[in-house]
Amino acid sequence: MTGAKALIHALEKEGVDVVFGLPGGANLPIYDALVGANLRHILVRHEQSAAHMADGYARIKRKSGVCFATSGPGATNLITGIATAYADSIPMVAVTGQVPLAMIGKDAFQETDIIGVANPCTKYAFQPKVATEIPEMVKKAFYIAESGRPGPVLVDIPKDVQQATAEMKFPDLIKVRGYSPIVDADLSEVGKAVELILKAERPIIMAGGGVILSGAFAELQALAELLMIPVVTTFKGKGAFPENHPLAMGPIGMHGHPEANKIIIEADCIIAIGARFSDRSVGRFDEFGKGMSIIHMDIDPAEIGKNKSVDVAIVGDVKSSLRTLVKLLGKKVVKRDADNPWLKRRKEIIQYYQETIKDYAREITAKKSLKKLRELLPANAIATTEVGQCQMWASLHFDVISPGTFFSSTGLGTMGFGFPASIGAKAARPDVPVVDIAGDGSFNMTENSLAVSVLEKLPVIVFLMNNYMLGMVAQWQRTFYNRRYSGVHQHQCPDYVKIAEAYGAQGIRAQSMAELEKAIKTALKSDVATVIDIPIDPDEDVYPFVAPGTSLKDMITGA
Amino acid sequence: MSANGWYIVSALVENKPGVLFRVTNLFRARSFNIESITVGTTEQQDLSRMTITTNSDQRTLDQLVKQLRKLIDVVDVKVLDLDKSVYRELALIKMKAIDPTTRSEILNYANIFRGNIIDIGKETITVEITGTPDKIDAFKNLVEQYGIAQLARTGVSALPRGTEL
Ligand SMILES: Cc1cc2nc3c(=O)[nH]c(=O)nc-3n(C[C@H](O)[C@H](O)[C@H](O)COP(=O)(O)OP(=O)(O)OC[C@H]3O[C@@H](n4cnc5c(N)ncnc54)[C@H](O)[C@@H]3O)c2cc1C
Ligand SMILES: Cc1ncc(C[n+]2csc(CCOP(=O)(O)OP(=O)(O)O)c2C)c(N)n1
Ligand SMILES: [Mg+2]
Repeated sequence: MTGAKALIHALEKEGVDVVFGLPGGANLPIYDALVGANLRHILVRHEQSAAHMADGYARIKRKSGVCFATSGPGATNLITGIATAYADSIPMVAVTGQVPLAMIGKDAFQETDIIGVANPCTKYAFQPKVATEIPEMVKKAFYIAESGRPGPVLVDIPKDVQQATAEMKFPDLIKVRGYSPIVDADLSEVGKAVELILKAERPIIMAGGGVILSGAFAELQALAELLMIPVVTTFKGKGAFPENHPLAMGPIGMHGHPEANKIIIEADCIIAIGARFSDRSVGRFDEFGKGMSIIHMDIDPAEIGKNKSVDVAIVGDVKSSLRTLVKLLGKKVVKRDADNPWLKRRKEIIQYYQETIKDYAREITAKKSLKKLRELLPANAIATTEVGQCQMWASLHFDVISPGTFFSSTGLGTMGFGFPASIGAKAARPDVPVVDIAGDGSFNMTENSLAVSVLEKLPVIVFLMNNYMLGMVAQWQRTFYNRRYSGVHQHQCPDYVKIAEAYGAQGIRAQSMAELEKAIKTALKSDVATVIDIPIDPDEDVYPFVAPGTSLKDMITGA
Repeated sequence: MSANGWYIVSALVENKPGVLFRVTNLFRARSFNIESITVGTTEQQDLSRMTITTNSDQRTLDQLVKQLRKLIDVVDVKVLDLDKSVYRELALIKMKAIDPTTRSEILNYANIFRGNIIDIGKETITVEITGTPDKIDAFKNLVEQYGIAQLARTGVSALPRGTEL
């Protein structure tokens, strides 16, 4: 068997059913081995999108997405997608071709030291030197990518190693010395957490991306309902908890829900679950949680104390730690009733913002469009987002009802992520509608994936809130640079309806709420991708806003 | 933030290409301040020992250790207790020494510091000196007056004392 065949067989053994990629000189043997393989190969129009598709696929399946690229420019094109997955702890196995072993270090044609380039944004990288190493390396790549705190792993295979023939052994069990992720929590730490929670008068849950990565939705809900306390999330944790639940408060942070930002600073104990205290969620590290006790549950020991010193740290998979916590608490907790002072305060806060925040007055606004979208989509529909104002409006106005159905590039904030990721998600879950909540600038970056959506029959909906503006940057220029616009206008170019049509997709312009409703309904019935172009006002700002370097209490609501 | 202290971090790592790159790239990416780093083989053929010295506050040290442990190729990491460890550095110091008084003074100092003269030329003397970094600093400060032509230090190697592992 050749090295290339061994790769494909090893992928099949891992249960991979789809790979996203694009061929070139250095991975020709791999593409040849794909012929007749038991795998679906989805040909992309740009390798960055292959990585984002693999990422979107991985977020839905909660196992590694796989992408292929050739050496040199193919491999470097993957990097943005790999870095995006790394920042959001998404499991991925990226397979690149490399120049033949003897050519490495000779500045050969299309030679890039991709392991060096990818080092800061991969969990690990392999380069087999002989073909017989391939099966074991692939097995290890999947194990490392998916276990512990997930992340992307690179397998860089020199062309002659792909071509070499050898007798292959496919191991079922592997061990990686020096790598042993912690799964089960230390009971004594959980005990300390129980005491802190019981002592607190105003405890609050702050659920992060780790809950979604772990799939610990039922466990989180059990804890919230046992304690009967408010639940805020980070933006990455959006949808870890149903946002129509009576305890839900939505995401905190720079563009958090105002009620979430308000209530968390009134709490006396924060239970942070699978969240890494990013500057975007908590503002200034020294101000956040001042005078409160903090319990931090995370699988990565290096996250403990990195940005924030905490009182109790529970290291382990939150699914398992939450079960233990709920079990220990259940024996001791006296259930709060629904009108206890803390939950009453929650209601007051929500009511206060409902009364004071005025809507932007226009026939068609981001908020109204997103509320309409939510109303017409089934609860189990999947939403991805692009980056910018569109993304923050999605955070504010699009409620996630079914946990784990909302995905965004949050850590890296990669424009162009949402659309290919939605195609990857659709490949993973063809039975539910998938929508990319998009801005024009972002969609522009990877819109050529329309070809993939059409040809591969993966019809998704691009919900394009079109201000013909790099809107988020324009907002900062309005706020911090006295409206001096620089490099943000898109000058009505291109026409997105025509773009859609050029690829054989459907393009609909919606200029009123009635047209929008019709467009969404048409899109939901369509068997090709639909771009709904929704012209919105370029001057609209996203509020609330917690300016960088300030703390949550300094939130500007814009009211 | 607590005051800076001097720490020795001892790491067992896979003995294979690319590992040193991963470790130093981590230090650069996270702005960890490294004073010295040494790598060499151990009693086990497939493991190398890296000895890292750093001036850090407690919190940064804690992060450095945890981030090192996260690397797949790093098998074990310990912060050594200075009182329960032995640690040494080797330095080669080449001094300008032409006139006989200077020469005999240098020989004298080298003797006191248990250094070895490993090369004598018409105009220079090279001393090999082993000890804690403090001891090497002290010797260097003493002989600086004669003019140091070249100096090479290995960085610290260390092991726990006795039966400590
Ligand atoms: C334009 C823009 C604006 C933004 N504004 C905001 C904002 O207002 N508010 C906000 O919160 N964010 C915002 N973000 C996102 C922000 O940059 C961070 O990505 C986000 O806050 C990180 O959230 P997190 O800590 O929950 O998740 P992650 O980054 O996903 O971290 C997850 C944590 O959980 C741990 N973990 C992983 N798996 C498990 C497991 N199985 N068990 C236990 N732990 C696990 C990981 O070790 C990690 O510490 C914004 C991003 C953009 C692009
Ligand atoms: C690849 C990339 N380049 C630049 C940025 C910086 N950036 C953040 S938001 C934004 C504007 C996004 O414009 P658009 O997609 O139209 O969304 P809007 O803010 O207008 O809703 C830019 C340029 C980024 N996040 N990603
Ligand atoms: Mg825009």
